[in-house]
Amino acid sequence: MLSRTANELYWMARHIERAENTARLLDVTYRTSLMPYQVHETGLAWADPWSVPLVTLGLATAYYQRHPGLTAENALRFMIFDPANTSSIYECLRTARESARAVRGAITSEMYEDLNSAWIEMRSYDYERIQANGVSDFLDWVKMRSHLFRGVTFGTMLRDEAYHFIRLGTHMERADNTARILDTKYHILLPSIDDVGGAVDYYQWASLLQSLSGFESYRKIYSDVIAPRRIAELLILRDDMPRSLHSCMNFIHDTLGILCDDHTREVERRAGELHARLHYGRTDDIMEFGLHEYLMEFLEQISELGGEVSRAFLVPTNKASTDLASAAQRLRSMPVRATDSLR
Amino acid sequence: MLSSLPFDEMRTPEGALRPHYRAFADWLERTPPDRIAQKRGEAERIFHRVGITFAVYGEQAGTERLIPFDLVPRIIPADEWARLEAGLVQRVRTLNLFLHDIYHEQAILRAGIIPSERVLGNTQYRREMVGVDVPGGIYAHVAGVDVVRADGGRYYVLEDNLRVPSGVSYMLENRKMMMRLFPELFATRSIRPVQHYPDLLLENLHAAAPAGQERPTVAVLTPGAYNSAYFEHAFLAQQMGVELVEGRDLFVEDDTVYMRTTRGPQRVHVIYRRVDDDFLDPLAFRPDSMLGVPGLFAAYRAGRVTLANAIGTGVADDKSIYPYVPAMTRFYLSEEPILGNVPTLMLYRDQDRAEALANLDRLVVKEVHGAGGYGMLIGPAATVAEREAFRQRILAAPDRYIAQPTLALSTCPTFVAAGLAPRHIDLRPYILTGRGSALVPGGLTRVALREGSLVVNSSQGGGTKDTWVLAGEEGAET
Repeated sequence: MLSRTANELYWMARHIERAENTARLLDVTYRTSLMPYQVHETGLAWADPWSVPLVTLGLATAYYQRHPGLTAENALRFMIFDPANTSSIYECLRTARESARAVRGAITSEMYEDLNSAWIEMRSYDYERIQANGVSDFLDWVKMRSHLFRGVTFGTMLRDEAYHFIRLGTHMERADNTARILDTKYHILLPSIDDVGGAVDYYQWASLLQSLSGFESYRKIYSDVIAPRRIAELLILRDDMPRSLHSCMNFIHDTLGILCDDHTREVERRAGELHARLHYGRTDDIMEFGLHEYLMEFLEQISELGGEVSRAFLVPTNKASTDLASAAQRLRSMPVRATDSLR
Repeated sequence: MLSSLPFDEMRTPEGALRPHYRAFADWLERTPPDRIAQKRGEAERIFHRVGITFAVYGEQAGTERLIPFDLVPRIIPADEWARLEAGLVQRVRTLNLFLHDIYHEQAILRAGIIPSERVLGNTQYRREMVGVDVPGGIYAHVAGVDVVRADGGRYYVLEDNLRVPSGVSYMLENRKMMMRLFPELFATRSIRPVQHYPDLLLENLHAAAPAGQERPTVAVLTPGAYNSAYFEHAFLAQQMGVELVEGRDLFVEDDTVYMRTTRGPQRVHVIYRRVDDDFLDPLAFRPDSMLGVPGLFAAYRAGRVTLANAIGTGVADDKSIYPYVPAMTRFYLSEEPILGNVPTLMLYRDQDRAEALANLDRLVVKEVHGAGGYGMLIGPAATVAEREAFRQRILAAPDRYIAQPTLALSTCPTFVAAGLAPRHIDLRPYILTGRGSALVPGGLTRVALREGSLVVNSSQGGGTKDTWVLAGEEGAET
């Protein structure tokens, strides 16, 4: 199929998944912000839970260019409505719908109509309406629209190359986003070192689990208190947990096995390497290495894999390749490292 | 002289049914009006859902409209079609020979049949094409020739469209709709099918491939999703089972055109392009074009890729060249033209201009480069002020205009708010050239929905009808 078509489908899927995960990230932040929370060291921006989504998505600099100070309202406006923020829910849905429109012939009419109506409804929201109905209500709506689109795709689409590029996009984005959401805990400071393992710590881990739809599974599997080590195992290494890194890499590796031919086999091999690290990885090693460090390394690797996919299939380079296309590509991806500084 | 009484496709001047409409009229009489009204609603819903729309330039960005579809078909009996078909093939053969000639020997200019400056000084004449050999000497692979009936039912060619003629998707969708709504009409009548058009198109595009290509790869080149005819581009690509590409999907290396695919570069041999000449290649034509492919013209010149239609066909369908087509037929084929032209005054000539200016209230004046019903004066319908404004424009640049008598286009019964009423129609058949010239029996019939209007263009509120060509003797005039 045409690279442009594959590119649009891949990014359509990524943007829908990103909209869902931005909603999840805002959800965990919102829950955290409702907890009693006092920080003794004043002036430390990290202490504010609303800095967390900005830092983990590498958007802090962009945020401060638009807003002088950090408030819940500004952070929500920025992350939900700001068209200048490529990870805002508004922008994700807009871009996804534009992609679908450009390659309408490659998807089913049900898929297009579903995405189109999601976009039309998104345009009817504004900050005041979200405040009036409850932030969680809106975030749930975003998640449901994403579920619905995935269901329509799964239920109506021919299992051809187009389908596989959509599936690839979904899981590449999800792997990236799960790693980022897991890493949020690293950035939320506890009031003091004595609080490690205490009530606040517990609630923070619990809300993180809930935002990744992992709370109930955790209870089912471990029937025990919430402990960071097990959370890491659940969301990184377990392959029966649909948002875990391992599960995402299963999908990515399998899909690339279908898409790659002799010229592009290297991409599959790279994915296989990354998959093997999760498949044979041990929780002890991760904890010893450091959870944050481990996640940072994974983000870098998944981003490199994304680059490989792009070069092999979506924006192939050659003598006559346009710089425009690759520039557009760069604009669409998020910064890898969550080292974006805060004022 | 052309008579001013419109020819009624369905009935004779005495009010009797013409034989080829008899079966349809019987059906219409038997069918309850409720059912017809319900079917009209159904047609509209289906067209909307499927998205058979066109964008209108100049309106708010992204405005998409439905072209009104009328349920009463335009019916052409077999003998009439046979003559039309022969005339259209002859005309397209002529125009292809003309195009080859003016980009090579220029025999017709040397013979003095057409004044050289009419051709060589024409803005549509592409100097870049001089001496370029195209496969089979074919320039207009797809031609849409607009035919009207006037003067007691005589057929005239009103206009040739040799650049990127559009509308064929409506011909196909209209037929599909009629068969879906009224299958009984097709079960009892011998209506010749048109649905093989995409196959015929693909076959002709294959035949036009650079020499030595056993299995050429064809692609349809579109300006993109915001073009008014995007639906048709996507439709034809899908029906032929070939890729729909934009300029950025193609690149040229060593005079060879490739498309970027997920399996690496794939060579393209034939491009059915729906992009105007000017925008095809920023290196050769408009440098600001974002739609084109850098290096495409060089690959074309080198004979490594076929463009359908060829570059530079616009000079042959220009309205300033149109009056010379009958003379071309005599010159190249030594045949009499089967289909006539509408008598045309060329306003760059003193005598013609004087005659036109004296009769502006009876003539239609057209800009030679105009299209789509824009930039024309319909004398009888115009105000004194409008005519005066046109007079000034003609005097300022007489070679930019031609004038023709206001034709009483034939009418066909059409559903309007008050029931069935006669409305003026024209016909655009599509002639395909590759391995010989051929056309599917039919075309796009356009209808001017406003009472008395002669403008059938969809951009000006025109609608469409299904066009039936009858097989064999049935319905032949007795």
